[in-house]
Amino acid sequence: MWRLMPLLAVLALAGCGDPSISAIDPQGPVASEQFFLMKLSLAVMIFVFAVVMIIYIYVLVRYRKKKGQDQIPKQVEGNHVLEIIWTVIPILLLIVIAVPTIKYTFEHSKDLREEEGVVHIKVTAHQFWWQFEYPDNNINTAQDMYIPVGKRVALELTSSDVKHSFWVPALAGKIDTNPGMSNIMHLQADKPGIYRGKCAELCGASHSLMDFKVVAVSEAEYNQWVEGKKTPAKVTADTAKGEQVFKDNCLSCHAVGGEGAGLGPNLNGFANRTEVAGVLPHDAASVKKWIQDPQAQKPGTKMPKVNLNEDQVDQLVKYLETLK
Amino acid sequence: MAHSHAVKRYSGLMDWLTTVDHKKIGILYFLAGGIFFLIGGLEALLIRIQLMFPDNQIFIGGTYNQILTMHGTTMIFLAAMPLLFGFMNAIVPLQIGARDVAFPFLNSLGFWLFVFGGLLLNLSWFLGGAPDAGWTAYAPLSSDTSLRGVDFYAMGLQIAGLGTLIGGINFLVTIINMRAPGMTFMRMPMFTWTSFVTSVLILFAFPAVTVGLVELTFDRLFDGNFFNVSKGGNEVLWEHIFWIFGHPEVYILILPAFGIISEVVSTFSRKRLFGYSSMVFATLLIGFLSFMVWVHHMFTTGLGPVANGIFAVATMAIAVPTGIKIFNWLFTMWGGQIIFNSSNLWAIAFIPTFVMGGMTGVMLAVPPADFQYHDSYFVVAHFHYVIVGGLIFGIFSGFYYWWPKMFGRMLHEGLGQLNFWTFMIGFHLTFFPQHFLGLMGMPRRVFTYETGVQLEMGNMASSIGAFLMGIGTIAFVLNIIITALKPKNAPADPWDGRSLEWSIPSPAPEYNFKQTPLVRGLDAFWKEKRAGNKEMTPAEPIGSIHMPSPTILPFFMSVGLFIAGFGFMYAKYDFENGLLATLFGNHIIAIIGLVITFLCMFLRSVYDDHGWHIEPEELEDKGVKA
Repeated sequence: MWRLMPLLAVLALAGCGDPSISAIDPQGPVASEQFFLMKLSLAVMIFVFAVVMIIYIYVLVRYRKKKGQDQIPKQVEGNHVLEIIWTVIPILLLIVIAVPTIKYTFEHSKDLREEEGVVHIKVTAHQFWWQFEYPDNNINTAQDMYIPVGKRVALELTSSDVKHSFWVPALAGKIDTNPGMSNIMHLQADKPGIYRGKCAELCGASHSLMDFKVVAVSEAEYNQWVEGKKTPAKVTADTAKGEQVFKDNCLSCHAVGGEGAGLGPNLNGFANRTEVAGVLPHDAASVKKWIQDPQAQKPGTKMPKVNLNEDQVDQLVKYLETLK
Repeated sequence: MAHSHAVKRYSGLMDWLTTVDHKKIGILYFLAGGIFFLIGGLEALLIRIQLMFPDNQIFIGGTYNQILTMHGTTMIFLAAMPLLFGFMNAIVPLQIGARDVAFPFLNSLGFWLFVFGGLLLNLSWFLGGAPDAGWTAYAPLSSDTSLRGVDFYAMGLQIAGLGTLIGGINFLVTIINMRAPGMTFMRMPMFTWTSFVTSVLILFAFPAVTVGLVELTFDRLFDGNFFNVSKGGNEVLWEHIFWIFGHPEVYILILPAFGIISEVVSTFSRKRLFGYSSMVFATLLIGFLSFMVWVHHMFTTGLGPVANGIFAVATMAIAVPTGIKIFNWLFTMWGGQIIFNSSNLWAIAFIPTFVMGGMTGVMLAVPPADFQYHDSYFVVAHFHYVIVGGLIFGIFSGFYYWWPKMFGRMLHEGLGQLNFWTFMIGFHLTFFPQHFLGLMGMPRRVFTYETGVQLEMGNMASSIGAFLMGIGTIAFVLNIIITALKPKNAPADPWDGRSLEWSIPSPAPEYNFKQTPLVRGLDAFWKEKRAGNKEMTPAEPIGSIHMPSPTILPFFMSVGLFIAGFGFMYAKYDFENGLLATLFGNHIIAIIGLVITFLCMFLRSVYDDHGWHIEPEELEDKGVKA
């Protein structure tokens, strides 16, 4: 069955996975160049595999022991010509892979932070959520990273606790977020859409649930989003009660507007987040479920279970949903 | 019995606890490694049960992390390594015409250290939870002391690793010094060669992990700050130390498997190994390069394009000597008379499987593409192709090949075929889809995955395959049991073998060779047979044979370290019992453990044991069959 595998491999590579998360259905130039390197190295390797398999099958069929065969086969010591051939040809094939490899290794590690027309975002990983800061616009947000379509985005990444790894398969490969150090990478989305991001380095009990989203929008929508971040949400009488609950219980960790600490995710624009805590669908019921027992949704999360009664939670949810 | 001298001879359990005979220690390695293999396999099945469906809630969060950590740690350190040491013990001395290893005492010590290290590590399941930071134990996740599991990792691997280092040194000295007359380096069988290079790698790689584990232990138990960023430590340091050990480690594992495949393919094609000298140099080159490529595990760490570029090219270079080996095996079979029995089926299946693992290996060496593969299921697929498809296939092949020599009985061929086909098909079904799962965005070490992004089918196939591998393993265990019930009647040379081990009875007598053989070329025994001789030409007259005495000291030395390990781990533990708190808190238990070990070392140093002799008349009494 393994003889069919290279064929299967090509067929499967031709289009599988979901475009929001597949590395083999790239949605931006960085991921496309990485996909090109995958295809190139795979093609060379399939050639090698084919050569090996042709000899292999021939040998197994042709030289199986037959009945009545009892003379000793010729004992061959080796063959210098053959041995040189299968040393030199692989070296040549590897050079074919190595040259573009080196080229893109340097290109994909370029520091674009200071370049013209590049969006600069600082990423900080926490157990188990992602913080996104836009130093040029003085924005601090979490979980959903907004980027404009067609523009290069330079990321500067670090971690506040253990090692994590930032991965948006459809847009670019990953880079680790190391505590006490910062790494750089860049990516770009060609089409508007919501791209799924993952933590790729084991970081504790909820490593599997440390998801985030990259929201790629048109330049106009992006500018609108940036503006919206600067005007704090208005509190109506309807949600004043919820706001009070928030101030009494949540503000010690979660910032909103200009107030509050940064221990937990900043809740600016919470109402627009694609998901709750990165894993639950965004609706009032999920927000409630999350607040009432965070550990049940995300084992090991730092968010404690706060003692609130049913009504307080409802008011709080109502308030949170106004944080556009 | 025939031993009329005042020699301490034990029987039953005491015989196994005190033995210094390399063949018995080999069997002990198989037994312990086999049990750990079953435990690690069980953990693998738990992983595949959890991942069978997207939203399973069976093993989640910290529990899942414990299972995946113990699966990896157990399989690498407690199953694969000891099974290889089992083969090195059982076979290498026979292949070089020696009567034992150079240091029989150390051999026993190495084994017992491994057993007690592994035991300590696995006791964590019952003492508050297993390690949960992955088998790579990246700091600072691993230096978080809120859970105690990683203490067991650091202490258990330290003790077991000491055993491995001792074993490696022993085989190095054995192969250099104990070869029979005429057995030059370039006449050594391939398995001995690969064991030799593996021992060199152990000698240079294990000290690195020893240092790393000491630092991790200091961080955890004595408030050290090696990996504590806020106190000026550096967590990338752990990654470097771990992979400077970790990459040679994978070659430590795969090289002996290469050796086994070389022996098996050559024997069952009835041809000498094609390109023997290029095989030897390829092995040496792989061993050398294995120390030059560790950064390919760290392409995404952010070391920059220069480091990534250099290590990318170095990594690709390893494909060349590996390719040489593949073609040499193919051309060994070319023109031969290939016999398809269980042993050779494993070796034949090894070739394309390992080539596939090598293909993804070259693909992973491309840093920008690796940014996508790294820590995804693509990597999981890759290393299982080389470790299971390479190493485990090789180990199975070796079992079917050398079982008669080790136990005097032939394994059942029908069950062997069942074992092969179920395991081999199960293996590909498990790991082939994982390449795609990784490319489709599934990171490794996750206990769940999203629905609606086409990950369900691959995971289901993978889980079914895992169960098929489980059935294959059960068939092998059954085969062992059924074979053990049959009479010991395996012929000395069932396969028309080529190297020295086939020139002596099955199983080999205690002293291996009645007379040390004279080696007249590569494939020494085959050469004699073709010259019309039934036996090797002896290099010495029959005389009295010096044997090492059995001893219980290595067992107690290891027990001492085992106790000391617990003493250190529980020094800061909050015991409710006042006595325990005093004993552990003041390191009294740790000191008692170390005293036991040092006392045994002292006894070993002051008590001169000259061993004992088997006299020629006893050899005659017992005849060749011993």
